[in-house]
Amino acid sequence: MKNKKIFSKIYLALIILFFYLPIIYVVVFSFNESKSLTNFTGFSLKWYEKMFENRTMMESIYYTVIIAIIATVVSTIVGTITAIGLSKSKRLIKESVNQVNNLPMLNPEIVTAIGLMLFFTSINMEFGFVTLLLAHIIFCIPYVILSIMPKLRQLDDNIAEAALDLGCTPFQALYKVIIPQITPGIVSGALIAFTMSFDDFVISYFVTGPGINNISTYVYSSVKRINPSVNALSSLIVFAITIVLILVNVIPMISERKKKKLI
Amino acid sequence: MKSFRRLVYPYIVWAFIFIVIPMLMIVFYAFTKQGNSVLTVKFTFDNFIRFFQDKIFIDVLLRSLKLAVITTVICIIIGYPCAYFIAKLKPNSQGLMILLITIPMWINMLVRTYAWRGILLETGLSPEIKVYIGMVYNFLPFMILQIYTSLSKMDKSLIAAANDLGCDNRMAFLKVTLPLSVPGIISGITLVFLPAVSSFFIPKLLGGGSYVLVGNLVENYFVTTGDWNFGSAVSLIMTIVILISMYFTRKFDYEKENN
Repeated sequence: MKNKKIFSKIYLALIILFFYLPIIYVVVFSFNESKSLTNFTGFSLKWYEKMFENRTMMESIYYTVIIAIIATVVSTIVGTITAIGLSKSKRLIKESVNQVNNLPMLNPEIVTAIGLMLFFTSINMEFGFVTLLLAHIIFCIPYVILSIMPKLRQLDDNIAEAALDLGCTPFQALYKVIIPQITPGIVSGALIAFTMSFDDFVISYFVTGPGINNISTYVYSSVKRINPSVNALSSLIVFAITIVLILVNVIPMISERKKKKLI
Repeated sequence: MKSFRRLVYPYIVWAFIFIVIPMLMIVFYAFTKQGNSVLTVKFTFDNFIRFFQDKIFIDVLLRSLKLAVITTVICIIIGYPCAYFIAKLKPNSQGLMILLITIPMWINMLVRTYAWRGILLETGLSPEIKVYIGMVYNFLPFMILQIYTSLSKMDKSLIAAANDLGCDNRMAFLKVTLPLSVPGIISGITLVFLPAVSSFFIPKLLGGGSYVLVGNLVENYFVTTGDWNFGSAVSLIMTIVILISMYFTRKFDYEKENN
């Protein structure tokens, strides 16, 4: 029995090590003094310096962030409005919209990507920032709708009806009654949209134009040469995400403790 | 309340333009030849005939399927014990383990694959093994999370009941736990197999140019050679292969449940 427990602990530790190995690797080698990707020769910050001097690299961070923010805002608004409309629609419309939304979610990403590429070409759109942003909005909306729909299904229709009876306009009923009740769904939809957009490579790769890179397409294009600044860039992402995750997990804990103290 | 229905109309137009039309365009391109204008369109099966007559293309398709199947199997073999051990931990440690497994998923897939490239650079492993390591690394978390979810939902008293009725631990696992976690395995397969068939940057980053998969084929025909008609046909074939495999996976699941 005891042996079994030790075995399971070792097994889990090995799995966690496997998952964190590349992350440890990029962070360690981002501080490497030499250009080598296999030998650690000494501590230095020069790859970070090089990264901040590299304009394309900095631009790729800028585009990734700006596109993720705009795509999240737009897809969350459109997704919320559509989901509310959808919850009141006839079955046929509901089913067909869900089926169409399933296409980009179930199809391989590369298929969605070339579809958009063919489409943008056929209407003579120039590949670049606009096509990249548009593509991100297009693939984010279905995920937002998907995460809001369950919340709408739990909603009691009578409350909104009551608001209307008590003199609310439909618009007031929407933002005073319905939206507050589905806020958790909207927030998780927005979070999914942001991560999807921030991490996307396949679709971005096919619809972006010359000079416009996000982090993923930049990393992909820079693998031909050895460039340790990419490790610095990766570490930067690791640090940023670690800070965000710590904040997300620690803040609720602190506020809960404060609440307990007040009681 | 019915007035809210109108809110969905703009999106119907949007989805038709940006989701349905692009899909139809792939089908259209796959069944036509290059240089056709809208007026002189001629449908043809040439792209498909070209694919199935060339042994190289068939090999690429089979290699992609093999990679996807083996990746999925390895993910189940490594992931199942992992999910099982996590489900046996105390509730607090379970949450911590799941958090530890999800954190790396927040970091860009390409960045993590790039890191593996550095780690494996001078190991002397064959390109194929490197690709397998990269694939398993990227997809294993999905499998673990799916199996864990189904295991943690399981009613623990069922195992106690099996033990009372004379099953030893091994029998209880085989007769109770394993069958009840099949839905988790199936959804894990969906999440691993489907993207694995079409993946193209992991093979390219870790396998170098020597390891061509069906996704790389699509990439080459769209980005390098510019033969979009053939590229569309290849992606259509890939989608159909995926749909057929998914159909069989689901059917297997359904039949299992009915037995």
